[in-house]
Amino acid sequence: MMGLGFALGIYLPIAEISVNIFVLFGMGAAVGFLSGMFGVGGGFLITPLLIFYNIPPAVAVATGANQVIASSFSGALTHFRRGTLDLKLGSLLVIGGIVGAGVGIYVFVLLRELGQLDLIVSLLYVVFLSTVGGLMLYESVQSMRRTRAGQLATLKKPGQHNWVHRLPFKMRFRQSKIYVSIIPVLVLGGAIGFLSSIMGVGGGFIMVPAMIYLLKVPTNVVIGTSLYQIVFVTAFTTVMQATTNQSVDIVLALLLMSGGVIGAQYGARIGQKLRGEQLRALLAMLVLAVGLRLAIELFVTPDDLYSISLALTTGAS
Amino acid sequence: MRALANVLALTIWLGASATALAQQPVNKETVEIGLSTDTIAITSGFRGTDLTVFGALDNADPLIQRQGRYDVVVILQGPERDFVVRRKDRFFGIWVNMESVTFQHIPASYSLASTRSLQDITTPKVFAQLGLGVNNIFYEPTPDGFESSAALKEFSTELPRLKLKQKLYSQRMGDVQFLSSTLFRATLSLPANVPVGKHVARAYLFRNGEFLRESTTSLNIVKAGLEFRIYRAANQHSLLYGLFAVFLAVITGWMGRLVFRKD
Repeated sequence: MMGLGFALGIYLPIAEISVNIFVLFGMGAAVGFLSGMFGVGGGFLITPLLIFYNIPPAVAVATGANQVIASSFSGALTHFRRGTLDLKLGSLLVIGGIVGAGVGIYVFVLLRELGQLDLIVSLLYVVFLSTVGGLMLYESVQSMRRTRAGQLATLKKPGQHNWVHRLPFKMRFRQSKIYVSIIPVLVLGGAIGFLSSIMGVGGGFIMVPAMIYLLKVPTNVVIGTSLYQIVFVTAFTTVMQATTNQSVDIVLALLLMSGGVIGAQYGARIGQKLRGEQLRALLAMLVLAVGLRLAIELFVTPDDLYSISLALTTGAS
Repeated sequence: MRALANVLALTIWLGASATALAQQPVNKETVEIGLSTDTIAITSGFRGTDLTVFGALDNADPLIQRQGRYDVVVILQGPERDFVVRRKDRFFGIWVNMESVTFQHIPASYSLASTRSLQDITTPKVFAQLGLGVNNIFYEPTPDGFESSAALKEFSTELPRLKLKQKLYSQRMGDVQFLSSTLFRATLSLPANVPVGKHVARAYLFRNGEFLRESTTSLNIVKAGLEFRIYRAANQHSLLYGLFAVFLAVITGWMGRLVFRKD
């Protein structure tokens, strides 16, 4: 009875549940595969999947941030060596990110004390997953249509200036060849940092389009700079979560990360060979499905209306 | 490795005087329970077990004993903690935690075994006075709560229900058995999620529905193993733990790059 099931089981010290090693390793590998294939961090898939697997949301979010470091670090390093990373812009984003993450951790603790953390995490995921999934699906269907019509798929040209360029406190970023106010840079960094601490994501899926369309950063430095910011902000978030909520599970993180780095390598190889639009449409549908599943859970009458948890002491521990 | 709870072999407090003094007048009965160890270490894969407590009833009246009018209730109570009970209500179609009540000094776990079902042993009033049984624990709400008394009553009945559902509270009728005229055995539940800390075991002796006396002993439950050491590190050295988590992630990411380098 205990033979096989027990051999594969492992107890997560912080999540305090027993899980199957291969399910989590496979989850990490599958998400890593997707992230390698599409060049996304994968945090926005890992955290909801962990919640579906009954990992407490607080632990899923904190550990998700930890896992993102591993998947972003080597990418950031590569871009740094190639020189496709704007250190000045990235560092400003990091400063904004750390402030945002600090605020996020404070809100996280507050929500946990109020008993609303699980709900807010789910709601944020439903909003972001359905928006990102919807946009991706729209974009890939458009691009498929164009290809069928025989045209070249072209991105919208990020040439002309917008309202962002009229803001004060301008600074020159040589690597990115832009001259832009530091306000939107800090705000963008802060927003990503906030999401990183509350949702356990790197935030690349928001950062990359925002840098391209709002800040007009050339696409060749966008990915590297975004990864640079993600590594530092998720590292900061991990340490903050560990010290304030004790909700980082290193056993869980290690399983996900080791699955993730392996999956990412194969994903990257296959991603280079396959057609982009269909794959993007598939990823979009996957993202939408995860969002839908979370949304349904918000509306379905729970089995038990009452719940019990340890009372958290207010203030610093 | 197999998870194992240290199976307890328990000291039997067989009073040497047990049989010799059987002729003594009534009302001198004593009850004793004993544990062979004061500490149980459970490893992380622990999935719950039964805890057997042996005890002795001395100076029993043989007549009452033959009639089976002696009853014993044994409890094992975990460390006290503060708990919040929350109720979800619909808010624009979404289920949201709305009302909540915080209770103080609630035993984190409570396991009870008795010779018979509780209502056959004595009256609810006696149980209430003794604070004995899942429904008689004093559920003390926080003093600064704004909740109505109806809400307090509702939440304090939900608390034991939720605890029973989580298997942290349990009541086992008929699981105290007399093995001889003096020796009894109580089988209590130690759930998989049993809290660590100081647990108190207590035996209550009843004769013809009248409470005679109780006997108390304590038991320390600790967790052992690598996973628990990780847990302790996360709580006691959280900054170092967080930095280590970051370090581990950087190394894992970097290793992946080395192993899978294309050229």
